[in-house]
Order: sequence, then C-alpha cells, then structure tokens
Amino acid sequence: MINRRSILKATALTTMLACAGIFTVPAFAADTIKVGILHSLSGTMAISETALKETALMTIADINAHGGVLGKKLEPVVVDPASNWPLFAEKARQLLTQDKVAVVFGCWTSVSRKSVLPVFKELNGLLFYPVQYEGEELEKNVFYTGAAPNQQAIPAVEYLMSKDGGSAKRFVLLGTDYVYPRTTNKILRAFLHSKGVADADIMEEYTPFGHSDYQTIIAKIKKFASEGKKTAVVSTINGDSNVPFYKELGNAGLKATSVPVVAFSVGEEELRGVDTKPLVGELAAWNYFESIKNPTNTAFIKMYKDWAKKQKLPKADTAVTNDPMEATYIGIHMWKQAVEKAKSTDVNKVIAAMAGQTFKAPSGFTVMMDPKNHHLHKPVFIGEVKADGQFNVVWKTKGPIKAEPWSPYIPGNDKKKGEPE
Amino acid sequence: MRILWILFFLASWYSGAAQAALDPAVLRQLADDDSDVKIAAIQQIAQSADPLAERVLKALADDGLAVVDTKILILEDEQAVDAATGAAVVPAPENPDTIVVNNRVRSALNAALAALNLFNPDRATRFSATRALAQSADASIAPLLTRALQQEKDPEIKEQLTEVLAFANLQNADAAVRLAAVKTLGASSRPNVRNALEAQLSTESVEAVRIAIQASLRAIDGRIALGEQVGRIFSGISLGSVLLLAALGLAITYGVMGVINMAHGELLMIGAYATYAVQSAFRHYFPAALDWYVLAAIPVAFFSAALVGILMERTVIRWLYGRTLETLLATWGLSLILIQSARVIFGAQNVEVSNPSWMSGGVSVVSNLVLPWNRIIIIGFALFVLLLVWVLLNRTRLGMFVRAVTQNRPMASCVGVPTGRIDSLAFGLGAGIAGLGGVALSQISNVGPDMGQGYIVDSFMVVVLGGVGQLAGSVWAALGLGVVTKFLEGWAGAVIAKIAVLIFIIIFIQKRPQGLFALKGRFVEN
Repeated sequence: MINRRSILKATALTTMLACAGIFTVPAFAADTIKVGILHSLSGTMAISETALKETALMTIADINAHGGVLGKKLEPVVVDPASNWPLFAEKARQLLTQDKVAVVFGCWTSVSRKSVLPVFKELNGLLFYPVQYEGEELEKNVFYTGAAPNQQAIPAVEYLMSKDGGSAKRFVLLGTDYVYPRTTNKILRAFLHSKGVADADIMEEYTPFGHSDYQTIIAKIKKFASEGKKTAVVSTINGDSNVPFYKELGNAGLKATSVPVVAFSVGEEELRGVDTKPLVGELAAWNYFESIKNPTNTAFIKMYKDWAKKQKLPKADTAVTNDPMEATYIGIHMWKQAVEKAKSTDVNKVIAAMAGQTFKAPSGFTVMMDPKNHHLHKPVFIGEVKADGQFNVVWKTKGPIKAEPWSPYIPGNDKKKGEPE
Repeated sequence: MRILWILFFLASWYSGAAQAALDPAVLRQLADDDSDVKIAAIQQIAQSADPLAERVLKALADDGLAVVDTKILILEDEQAVDAATGAAVVPAPENPDTIVVNNRVRSALNAALAALNLFNPDRATRFSATRALAQSADASIAPLLTRALQQEKDPEIKEQLTEVLAFANLQNADAAVRLAAVKTLGASSRPNVRNALEAQLSTESVEAVRIAIQASLRAIDGRIALGEQVGRIFSGISLGSVLLLAALGLAITYGVMGVINMAHGELLMIGAYATYAVQSAFRHYFPAALDWYVLAAIPVAFFSAALVGILMERTVIRWLYGRTLETLLATWGLSLILIQSARVIFGAQNVEVSNPSWMSGGVSVVSNLVLPWNRIIIIGFALFVLLLVWVLLNRTRLGMFVRAVTQNRPMASCVGVPTGRIDSLAFGLGAGIAGLGGVALSQISNVGPDMGQGYIVDSFMVVVLGGVGQLAGSVWAALGLGVVTKFLEGWAGAVIAKIAVLIFIIIFIQKRPQGLFALKGRFVEN
C-alpha cells in the first residue's frame, strides 16, 4: 500500500515537472540569471502580446548565444496571465517570490500594469514595460520603454491638424473602456482645447474589451463627420476588437481620404488578420515601423523572421515586427548593459546603472534612457497603412524627444517631480 | 481597310510612346518632400495628355513609383520602366525606394486619375471616376466636367456628373451659376455636399442664393436623417440575427429539452473553428475555389458540432436529466474542457477567418448609408436556419418525436418512441444549429478558444426572454434585444447599453418569469 502510494506520488511529481517543463526551461544549471516574461498568451490581448513573448525569448536566446550576462546564461521564465488583470498580480508575485527572477519584462494594457505595480513595489522587483501608455505614472521599480503621450498621442493629433494631415477640425476620440484610453483622451481633450477646438467638436466613445459590433460607432462617426468641418478619428481601441472595427470600417466605405483614423495600439501585428486594401491611408503613430530602412532594422527583422521560422510559430512566413517588439528588444538589451555596468543583478544597483544608458535601436536612432525619469528618449513616426499591411512613414521627428510622463495638459502636473520619489 | 486602321493606330500609339514628353523635371517633383510641390506636379502630369500620364499616376497611387539616381521609374511586376520615356530599364534595380504619398496627396491623385478616366470608353470606369470626383471636385475641373457631361450618354452617369458639376460650381463668381448649383445639390444626400453648402452659407453674400442654400440644406438633412434611421434599424436587425443564430441552438437544447447547457457557447466555437479548418483546407487543396469555402463550411460545422453534442449527451448529460444544478455544473465543466482542447489543437491565439470577396464591402442605399454585405448575408442565413429548424421540428417525423418526448415522456415511450435515442438526436440537432451560428459568427467577430464565453449570456437572455419552449419567442426576443441595444448604443454608448439591457431583462424576468410567450396547456407539468 505504502509502496503504491509512493509510486503514485512519484508519478504525480514527474507529471507536474513535465507540465512545468512545457513552459519553463528546466533549471539544470545553477549559475543562470532568471528573467520573467509576463505577457497574455490567451484571451483578448493575446493578439498583441504573444509576439512580445517571442521577441523576449528571441532576444534572450541571442544574448545567451553571445556569452550571456556577467558570464551567466539568462533563463527565461514564461507565465500566461491570460488577459485577466488580477491574475497579472498573482503571476508577478509568483515570478518574484517563487522563481526569484532578477527582472520581469511584461504587460501591455495599463490596467495590467496598474495591477502588478503594488507587487513590484512591495517586493522591490524590477519591471520593464514595453508599450506606449497614458503617462501619469513614475515608479522607481518600473522602466517604461514605450512612448509617453508627448511621444505618440500629441504629435499624432498635431499631424492631423496640419495641412498634410488634412487640417482636421473635429475629433472623435474612440477607445476601449479602461484607464489608458480614458486618460489619453483626457489629455487630448485638454490639448485640443489649448488649440482652440471646442467641446462640441469633440466626441468621445468607449466600448468594452472584446467588443465586436462596431456598426453603431461607425454610423455615429459618419453622422458626426457630416455635421461640417473636416473630421478625424483618434482610436485607442486595444486588443482583438480592432479586427472587427477595421473590417466594419472597410465594409462601410469610410475612406481614409475623407475621415482618417489614427490608431495608437494598432501596428503591423494587429493588421495581420485584416484585409488592408480598403484601409489604405489609415494612420498609426509609433516610435518604430517595420518599413523603416536602416541596417540595424534589417538585422532585427531578419533575426525575428528566422526565429519565427525556427520556432515554427503560426503563420511564420508572414511574421512582422512592430513598435512594442522593438521596445521589448531595447529594454532587454538596456537591462543587460545596466547589469554589466552595475556588475550585479541587484535591483537597486541596476536601477542606478540604468540612468543614461544608450542603445542603437532598430528605429535608426540611438535611444537613451533619461537619467531621471525612467523613460526613453524616442523618435516619433506617423505611418499610413499600405495595401500589404505595412506602413509608409509620412512624418517623423528630427531626432529622439524626451518623454513627459506628467503631461502638462493635466492640471496640477506642473508641481510633480520628473523623477521617482 | 481594317488592317490599315490597326496599323495606323499602332503607329500612332508607338510614336506617342516613343516621343513621350513627360518632363523629367516635373516627374522629379513627384518625389519632392513637400506635398504642395507633389500635388502641383500631379496636376501638371494629368493635364499633359501624355499616354504615360495615367500609368505614372496609377503607379504612384499603388506605391509603384521609385526614384533611382535622378530617374523616376515605374515598377511593374519585377520590371522597371523609365517614366519619362517609357523605355524598359534593364536590369531592374533591387529594392528601390518607392515614393510615399500621404492622404492629402492621395486625394489629389484620385481626383486626377478620375478626371483622366472621365472619357474612358468603359462604362464602369467612367462611373467610378465620377464617384471619385464627387469627393473632391472644385472649380478647376468644372470645364472638364461640362465637356464630359456633353458627351455622356448613360443616364445614371449623367445624373452623377450633373451633381458633381454643381458641386464644382458652388464657388463660381457668377451668382446665377451658384444659384443653379445650389438648387441641383438639394437633391443630393452626400454628407460632404452638406458640409460644402454650410461652408458656402457662411460666406455667401447674395440673399437669393442664401435662401436657396438653406432650402437645400433642409432637404439634405431630411434625407440624411432618414438614412440614419434606416441604418440604425438595419444594425438592430443585424445584431438581432446574430443573437438569433447564437441562441437558436439553445432554444432547442434548453428551450425544448430543458437542459441548462453551459457549454452552448463552445458549440458555437466548434462551428467557428470548423469554418477555419475548412478555409485552411480550401487554401491548401483548392485555392481557386477559396471564395466559396463558407458554403462548404456550413455542413461541416453542423455535423462536427452535432457530433460533439451527441457525444456530450451520451456520455454526461443523459445521466443528469431532471437534475438541473448537476447539469449546469457538468456542462460548465464540459465547456472548460472544450475551451482547453481548442487551445491545445489550434493554439491560444485567435485564428484568422477571412471574409470571402463576395461578403466584403457593402451596398450603398442612400449615399450616407452603406449596408455591409456580410451583415446582409448573415440576416439571410439566420432566416434560412430558422426555416430549417421550423421544418425539422414541425414537418418531420424526428421533430414530431422530439415534441412528443418533451411534452409527455412516459406516454411517448408507451407508444413506442425510443426516447433515449430521440434525446440524443434532439441534443445533436441543437448543437448542430449552434455550429451553424458559429459559421456566421466567424465572419463578423474574432475566432478564438474563448469566443463562446461572450455569447453564452446573450443566448440565455434571448431564450429566457422569449419564453422557454418557444421558437417564435426566441425570434422576437432576439430581434427586440438587437434593435433596443442598437438604439441604446446610439444614445448612451456601448458600455451603458450593455448594462441597461441586462437590468431590463432582470426586471422583466422578475415580473414575467414565463417570458414573452408562455406555453399553455396541461402537458407543462414542471
């Protein structure tokens, strides 16, 4: 009896280990540095976040192939928080306390970042957040490698108001209903006010996560656009809702030449599931596009395409790169440089060493981590969708610009310090 | 004689191509960074009447114009042609930088191309050219339009041209021309005409024209408002048809058989994945017939979902008849198993199911109202499925048995109906209908392992609201919910609409637990 029970136990244990093995590389070597990867691999955000996990794994494999960090190999620990915001906090805690990772690369939506923040603060962990966001945050434990509003949203709206952008006078602010679109739209509304746009010329609309019936919204946009003056749509729709939104937009015959849509969360990856021929001319604002031509980017794209083929990712032959993937790539490399400078993976030492790190990014510019505010100095590009789902860059900044996490368009922000407390 | 003509034609064409006179300096302006310079060059090229002009502009619109050294090249499937001379450039340069156009330049480009096409012998080309000009006509092309109008024979195109010409004449210096233009435009219902009229109203100095503008504006507003109302009702019916497709299967398994099937959403998912599988198979084996994969997917989805349904019934549900709570928990467990299986087989990410080309785009009813084909077809498909279910339940032997078993099981059993097998078949039928719903859903929303979760609540809402045991009730409930949701969305936004509908249903069920249509009669024993 005892014998049988112990066999059962052993079997259960091996099964568990085998299951764990699917997701994590077994820890056979003692001198590795564990790094956590916290991206939704299922649920509504999987459309965007899965590619970031792959980028992180690719970058880590590349660093390992070139000798690792401080002579040690990096060991990725991948978890799936399944687009479930409270689960993000649980998984983050698991990474920091059980797996004892030195750093975590992860999150896409701001609601997931807000969910893990208390965990990182409590356990003094280190998070690299690779996606453009609404700002209004500056935490010691987080490095933001995506864009702040002044590096994406504000330039995009300025472009729409310019002659080349169509001199838009009326704006539809359309988003998914959570913290990022709400805050961004608050900032944009204040910005538009400062440019003399009245409230009557601004329409704000929100849909739930995973919303898939955009008929009413498109009809409303058409009506709003027919009430005089050139109209443009600013979309902060996140996740797989973008596919039905753009499908409906194409089917309803709303062309970019009459009412352009500029999106902040739609890139090459999200458009893979959409027929882009009716969408030619729709805009997106990012700090990187796959279509940018320079040697660093060519190497980056090749590296990812090879990785996709080697890993046999679904639709590997059409693999694309996008802005958050570039930001993930920059983040991991900057962390490596900081660890090498600090000669330790200790969180406080790495945070100190991160200040002023530079990296030659695939965007073609050398980006720098601000010495104080934990954000990158990044260039801004505005692209128009081409028939093949890539973007034509139609406008860009001369060079990297400094992030303003505390937007000057929100009252009271002028008193806030540009560095973590 | 004919040969002579052809020879003459060829010769003139050849000489035209050989002495093409597109100025290289103007061509180079196309690559200028300043959009104003680009637009000026586009207009100059369009007016040059050069045989290469259209090719150059088309290439520019399709990202096929490149600058190499100081030459502008047209790139056409792996070969390059010098835009100035029309001569082929060998070898074609590798990865040349194509000229980027933005929306502003593209508008000018479309207008220029349309103007070139106004005299095209092909009716369809002329028609789309006039349509394109309607977006951007201004005074500069008025003479061209007048000339086209004189030559035009087709009444439909003539009518459009008249409107475009009026639009172009809106800012004419002559008040009489303006007045005539404004009056013509009163018959239009395009939003951009309305915007232009409103802009003109603010600067108009002649009183008579002002009054005419106001009258035209009122006429247009009326038509636009009508278009909006029709559009809203259409989107309501469309949502209703989606709800109906999602709920019809449940109307059988829950409504008729009384099984609380929490795995219903996953049966929809199986139908959607079956569509995906058929699409992949077509892509691989019959790429030529890819456009018709949806038709092949209909039976596949029905039978695969029905098979899973029968399996579920045989293995789990049949042991739990009459034990509501256990059925609920067991089917919920089944739904988790099905979701996880889909994740294992197809991956956790959404899969791409593309609309066939005959389901893309839309039909323009009034010019500010475009009804998308996929929605129209899904409404038709919902009617077809409804008819199918009705015939199956009311006009076949199986349907009679199903009704007999649900109405009085012991009596049906006594007269020799194999109740056990009928239960399986009925459940399979409900599951298969859910699979059909999945085919429709795959065309308008995302296909992923947990897509069913989003529809389970809606489906129960429809069935419960309509009255358990009633197909007609489900139809009215689905349409009603669809239209009400769409009107609420238009008024209060998608988030509030969702909440309001849920609250409404809770209150409604409190007041009238039997739903809209209650079954009457002595057989309703429980």
